[in-house]
Amino acid sequence: METNKTLANESRLVDENKGLKNKIITLVTRWEGMLALILIGMVIVFSNITPYFLDYFNLMNATFTFMEKAILALPMIFVILSGDIDISVAAIIALSSFAMGFGSSMGLGTGEIIIIGVIVGGLAGAFNGLFIIKFGIPPIAVTLASLSLFRGISQAILEDQAFTKYPEGFSYFGQGYIKGTLIPFELVFFLILAAGFAYVLHKTSYGRKLYAIGNSPTAARFSGVQVDRIRFTNFVLNGLFAGVVAVLLTSRIGSTRPNIAQGWELEAITLVVLGGVSITGGKGNIVGVLLSIFLIGYLKFGMGLINMSAKVMIITTGFLLILAVLLPVIMDSVKKANKLRYQRRS
Amino acid sequence: MNSIKELLKKREITLILLVIVLAVAVNMRAPGFVGGENINRIVNDTSILIMVAIGQFFVILTGGIDLSVGSIIAFSGMSASMINQYNPSMPVFYVLTIGIIVGLVLGAINGLLVAYGKVPPIIATLGTMSIYRGFTFVLSKGQWVTAHEMTESYMNLPKGNFLGMSNLIWSALLISALMIYFSRYTRSGREIYAIGGNKTAARFVGVSEKKVNMIIFSISGALCGIAGVMWTSRYAAAVNETAAGFELMTVAACVLGGVNIAGGAGAIPGVIVGALFLGIINNALPVVNFSPFYQMLIQGVIVLSAMFINTMMDKRKERQLLNRRSL
Repeated sequence: METNKTLANESRLVDENKGLKNKIITLVTRWEGMLALILIGMVIVFSNITPYFLDYFNLMNATFTFMEKAILALPMIFVILSGDIDISVAAIIALSSFAMGFGSSMGLGTGEIIIIGVIVGGLAGAFNGLFIIKFGIPPIAVTLASLSLFRGISQAILEDQAFTKYPEGFSYFGQGYIKGTLIPFELVFFLILAAGFAYVLHKTSYGRKLYAIGNSPTAARFSGVQVDRIRFTNFVLNGLFAGVVAVLLTSRIGSTRPNIAQGWELEAITLVVLGGVSITGGKGNIVGVLLSIFLIGYLKFGMGLINMSAKVMIITTGFLLILAVLLPVIMDSVKKANKLRYQRRS
Repeated sequence: MNSIKELLKKREITLILLVIVLAVAVNMRAPGFVGGENINRIVNDTSILIMVAIGQFFVILTGGIDLSVGSIIAFSGMSASMINQYNPSMPVFYVLTIGIIVGLVLGAINGLLVAYGKVPPIIATLGTMSIYRGFTFVLSKGQWVTAHEMTESYMNLPKGNFLGMSNLIWSALLISALMIYFSRYTRSGREIYAIGGNKTAARFVGVSEKKVNMIIFSISGALCGIAGVMWTSRYAAAVNETAAGFELMTVAACVLGGVNIAGGAGAIPGVIVGALFLGIINNALPVVNFSPFYQMLIQGVIVLSAMFINTMMDKRKERQLLNRRSL
């Protein structure tokens, strides 16, 4: 009896000792912890290399370059979390930017073309959802084909021309600042959206259901989750927000060409996956994605400051995407090996 | 009568009929479209697509996808052209071999990521797609290799004329034959089908998923290597944007040819006919006065309809099977 007690005490002591060390290790090896560390390290490195990095005005203005992609990443979390993928978002932007340009050339006002842009995006997302959920075709195949359809429409009609006439006041959404400050409208808009998505993901049953679907669609269905309806909603949301991004982007650059936002699907997916959302679904949270958004955004800003070419940045994005998936696999196998060694020793 | 019905059920036959109907329809608008010379031209134009689509076929067969094919074509084509530019005395055959090896290595890197890094094919190849494309720019420093910087023998590589067909057509034929044999009669070929059909079952009978992933991505890469050399020599230009968006064309050829996009079912003859179908459409567009800007749109519509028809046919088959069982 007594020996048992001492043994228990001893093991608790060991546990406590191990506890502190473990806490640090888990914090660092936790995905978000690691991202935060990298973000801090990056800020230190860049601010030492160039004096223009840690500058309030520059830091605020830099957000113009990545807020649109950041907004794309938010609904993409839902899609990837439930085990799907959508590589047509950039093409949806092209389509709804085209629709807005068309509306504008017909003489519609700012309010109307914004509504057109968002609705066209939502319809395109519903189109994807229809093929994927109703007809049961894998999402990668559907969105690969529909991306050529969506961008193709814009290309077939615009050819090598561009829409450049937009109503006055339309440019505010992509270029404007909050009155009296240096804070871009896009940044504030994104933060509000992010709060909304965080609430839905972590505080509502819709969010919990996304995790359930990602882990096992069959099990989710058996426990009464309307899997098809939720997956469909995700694709509509994805299209809808691609439409919102089209509004911001068109407003910012003030023109619509068929090749607008080319390659952005890759960047949006990279943001989500680097943020720790498992590409096979069921794992991840919004904090990681927020960190990865600012990490990649400011990484590119810093690289631009020290004159790296755009091609190097594309290569970096590709590397980051693969690393983001590769690292957890490596970390898992290291953890397993450690555990095995620990068991063998004791 | 019954045998005709049986024949019609075969995917390749229906597609061939469709191709013939399409060609005849275009011929009504533009007589001469179905002439020996024009057919030869269409096949020649489609040969590169056929080769790359066969590589894509193997990847799709296992339930994966290779989005990096366009970038591998660009990189291997650029390296081959630059070797030719700076070493004009090197025999073209060596240049071709180097191009194939470059493609093979890039494909093998994809394979390593998928097999040993456990990165899903879509993410691995989405990443390498931009990495390889970026390195093409780095390699060329943004410059092009143009016709007058290439040697005559390099540009003649895909031309030639043996029994009325170009070297390009012959190489597509040879590769098709080799790959059909590989997929049907070799152990590794059957293992690819096994993994695509049922991963767990395949593992239980001792098929190594890692080995299969290495094989399929290496094949796809090597075929892209050949395609890269042929592409740059045929069009007498190596640009950085070579074959951008080509991955969709190859997937389209597979889907049209009846390959199940979720893996496990399909055959190379179907893929070849699917590629020819796309080739005819691309050749017919200008003939029937469609602007080339419509190509992307039409491709998207075709692929979506083909996938739709495929799944509807599968569902009908399933229902028939169920009915038979209930009897």
